[in-house]
Amino acid sequence: MSVPNDQDLISFVVREARMLDEQRFDEWVELFTEDGHYWMPVEWRQSDPVLTTSLMYEDKLLLRIRAERLKGNRTFSEKPRTRCHHVLQTPQVDRRDDAGGEYVLWTPMHYVETRLDQQTLYAAWATHHLVMGTVGLQIRLKRVDLVNCDAAFGSIHLFM
Amino acid sequence: MPDYRNDPAAVARLVRETEVHRDVYVNDEVFALEMEHLFANTWNYVGHESQVPESGDYIGTTIGTQPVMMVRHTDMTIKVLFNRCPHKGVRITTEPSGNTGRMFRCPYHAWCFKTDGSPHSIPLSKGYQDTGFEESHAAQGLTAVRHVHNYRGFVFAKINDAGMEFAEFFGDSLSSIDNMVDRSPAGRLEVAGGVLRYMHDCNWKMLVENQTDTCHPMVAHESSAGVTAKLWRKAPEGTPKPMAVEIYLPFMSPYEFFENMGIRVWPNGHGHTGVHHSIHSDYSAVPGYFDQMVAAYGEDRAKSILGENRHNTVYFPNIMIKGPIQLMRVFRPISANRTLVESWTFRLVDAPDMLLERTVMYNRLINASASIVGHDDLEVYERAQEGLRAGGNEWVNIQRLYGRDERQDETAETNGTSELQIRNQFRAWKKFMLMSMTVDEAVAT
Repeated sequence: MSVPNDQDLISFVVREARMLDEQRFDEWVELFTEDGHYWMPVEWRQSDPVLTTSLMYEDKLLLRIRAERLKGNRTFSEKPRTRCHHVLQTPQVDRRDDAGGEYVLWTPMHYVETRLDQQTLYAAWATHHLVMGTVGLQIRLKRVDLVNCDAAFGSIHLFM
Repeated sequence: MPDYRNDPAAVARLVRETEVHRDVYVNDEVFALEMEHLFANTWNYVGHESQVPESGDYIGTTIGTQPVMMVRHTDMTIKVLFNRCPHKGVRITTEPSGNTGRMFRCPYHAWCFKTDGSPHSIPLSKGYQDTGFEESHAAQGLTAVRHVHNYRGFVFAKINDAGMEFAEFFGDSLSSIDNMVDRSPAGRLEVAGGVLRYMHDCNWKMLVENQTDTCHPMVAHESSAGVTAKLWRKAPEGTPKPMAVEIYLPFMSPYEFFENMGIRVWPNGHGHTGVHHSIHSDYSAVPGYFDQMVAAYGEDRAKSILGENRHNTVYFPNIMIKGPIQLMRVFRPISANRTLVESWTFRLVDAPDMLLERTVMYNRLINASASIVGHDDLEVYERAQEGLRAGGNEWVNIQRLYGRDERQDETAETNGTSELQIRNQFRAWKKFMLMSMTVDEAVAT
């Protein structure tokens, strides 16, 4: 599969969300390229993740730390564990560059986190920057823009 | 349960030398009294002058639970006004910040006020002729907070006339702000990097106390910093240490590190950890910065400024700053069991961007609502808020390294794992609570 069609790209995004819901975090981290990032801006239409802070802007090392931490016996805020649930609209392919092997998809979603008796609903748009490499499709950037990115939240435990 | 409102002695009894009663964290009446007395008798941080550079610029914020605005008046001085129309009580502004021009206009009946709060105009004002309106509170305009002080760009305000002058209230603790500002080659800071807002279902004082609690990082943050250390050990020899690893690892420092860093307390509830060194001491040098500092201050002075690596400085009652990385946290009380934490960062004017980049990264890694360090802190606060409902023991212990010769309102230095600063805060808490509490005779009799 050297050139993915739109359905391949859409399936990738849908299956990525399923991986999170199924708590397969180690596998999920490996979906990212070595220089990949997961970004959750804190400002509406934020353009800069470096000199402006964010809710998350994690490279692969930081994502690995998160995945590893979730398994820990002394991860007190995960006792009991948080669970999550994604509802995606059909992802839209916004950009195709078959020659460069780069693709951008845009996906509105509702995301639920729950722990103990608390359940919190978030609404967001995910933007996936995917690249086609020797191992297949990978994520170079997953950007999650919350509709209320600048609101004060309690803890956001997992990945949207 | 004691009638705290009409019994100052009962309020005083909440704070003992080495323990405090749970009601300081869970009781709604004690919280209401804190808002009326503690937050009115102390100097509270309002904002930074760089947020309102132009005439008419304003920000909306709170002192305790009261809405206020900080505004740049037409004469370029900074005013702090209660954010409440004198007419019907409507909040004048709701935007976090903006520019109002030469006047504020209430969205309800278009009453207008100059940027120092004084009245400008009222539509159809003939309706107030011969009514004695001039004598009313409403005719005076927006009420200004009377005591405002701008210290090197940081604007503080005190609501009550009771209490101390600014310089006496803060005393030598201002040296921490000095060091933060002096780290700019231009001697100036600007708010930069955005703000993180994180809601906590716990009492605001738990957060303030945690700032100088040095026996928790290696326990509560083992899950984040400890995992980082574990993964980092697996990195091939010679791998350059990423900035994020440099930020996380010191949280796992052994007890001796925190014992030796030292704690210093000042009168009126202020104090800091990191007298000798801190978790911020060993960050990599940023290319070009030291040379800029030497050019601005001379080598000796530059070394002395950068050699000071204070960890957390608490300004009583509810802010903390980290001088070496230009970060400020404001713990905003909402109710006895709810607190909004705002984490702000500053740019060192004229310094390399990489310093702001590190500061912004620290803020994100440690203080964001998605932070794996913040998660475990919040978890223990919320468990405390809940655990305090248990019977059998109504007291919280703050005895670690208590000295029987400790005195209120002295400057002192001690072992970095002492809870001396927490005791210092509660001694100040009692003082500023009781300062304006008087028994309502009508109710008492």
